[in-house]
Amino acid sequence: MTEILKAFVNVIIKMPQGFGVTLKYLFRKPVTVQYPKQKIPMTPRYRGRHYLERYDDGTERCVCCGLCAAACPADAIYMEPEETANGERKAKVYEINLLRCIFCGFCEEACPEEAVFLGQDYEFSADNRNSFIWTKDQMLVKHPRKENPLKRIIRRVRRVYGVPTAK
Amino acid sequence: MLEMIIIAAIKVVVVIVAVLTGCAYSTLLERRVVAFMQNRVGPNTAGPWGLLTPLADGLKLIFKEDIVPAGVERMTYALAPVIAFIPSMLAFAVVPFTSDFSLFGREISGTLSDLNIGVIYIFAVTSLAVYGICLAGWSSGSKYSLLGGIRSSAQMISYELSYGLTIVGVILIANTLSMRELVAQQDTVTHWFIWRQPLGFLLYLTCAIAETNRAPFDLPEAESELVGGYHTEYSSMRFSMFFIGEYAAMLAVSCVGTTIFLGGWQGPFLPPIVWFVLKVFGCMFFYIWLRATFPRFRYDQLMNFGWKFLFPLALLNTMVTAFFVLWKG
Repeated sequence: MTEILKAFVNVIIKMPQGFGVTLKYLFRKPVTVQYPKQKIPMTPRYRGRHYLERYDDGTERCVCCGLCAAACPADAIYMEPEETANGERKAKVYEINLLRCIFCGFCEEACPEEAVFLGQDYEFSADNRNSFIWTKDQMLVKHPRKENPLKRIIRRVRRVYGVPTAK
Repeated sequence: MLEMIIIAAIKVVVVIVAVLTGCAYSTLLERRVVAFMQNRVGPNTAGPWGLLTPLADGLKLIFKEDIVPAGVERMTYALAPVIAFIPSMLAFAVVPFTSDFSLFGREISGTLSDLNIGVIYIFAVTSLAVYGICLAGWSSGSKYSLLGGIRSSAQMISYELSYGLTIVGVILIANTLSMRELVAQQDTVTHWFIWRQPLGFLLYLTCAIAETNRAPFDLPEAESELVGGYHTEYSSMRFSMFFIGEYAAMLAVSCVGTTIFLGGWQGPFLPPIVWFVLKVFGCMFFYIWLRATFPRFRYDQLMNFGWKFLFPLALLNTMVTAFFVLWKG
């Protein structure tokens, strides 16, 4: 008898409550992000695919010193130096194997020329392993570019040395 | 004579196309509504608001490979989806979709056939679907399918009784078994049988959900325990036969519930067919809403609920109704 009473209470009070919950959620805004069409901005400190910075006049910052390759715990960076026309040292080959890379960011911390950075791009996929080896041409930023390149450098300095944000 | 046959044939084609389209779009409705109830979006890529999703699904299912596992009982395996699919379609034969109307100077009846034992016909035909499910489970040669099939037969037999009894109250009051007559008696909103048989309506809804193997009574295909239940070993069009059959059964019990309790096509202002579709849509929405709300029963809970709660209540409802019918004359 008590069981039947309990069942009645469930049917009359508790079940409509349950229906109310689902009905309430029916009119809420979905939390889905429609990924390929709609992307969430990454945090500024996100470590995505690398890029190579330039000076304002367009010359490459990288002098192929090899410190990034030395700092790399995954041994993902390979480089070969060469000499430019005016006798300066620059990288002939600069390759990062994105399959080996663990995106730790040690390379950008090690870089004395503030040349290599980890960007915001996280969409790398390919159907063969060779495509994951990123060469210098792919990583160098386009020369005249809109955003201020110094922003990233300042942010990197803050990250490395822990300088607090100016209030 | 020929004219009658042609009219009947056209009506059958129209109803079958409408029902199949309805099935296709109730899958979409279900996916969208459940998704929104879970703060998701659901399928929205094919066509505007995902309206072409059922078409894409159908195409995909047709072009999929039809895999027949090695250990199956071939004949039964091939027949089972058909047996599961046909009965739910047959139920639409006696449903009064709309009032009688005249088209090109001919009087056309709103039902496919006005059987004078329509209600009994529906109950007889829809309970056949259990054979399809049961045989599918048995012939697949897989333990999950077998368990699903056995569960389904136990469940459907248990709920069949209460299912039949829920209608008896209405039949006693209406004193007719013809679906047309039932609708004709509910000419105004106050005459709908839901007001005279509220308990009967609730019981009908519950039993109907159990009969069509829908959540929270979807034990035969409990995904979390039985992979896919009775249709684990089915693929391609054979699988979609089960799927369409299930949705057609949902539509069928919605149509029957609408006809018996909610006044069928009767309603003010709007044309009858619109009222009918609206009411069926309401029932379908309730189905989906229920699925999004409640978790699945455990097997012993299901049996307890069926035999110790639903069945006595249905009996009580029938007896009280019979008593009042006798008393009032």
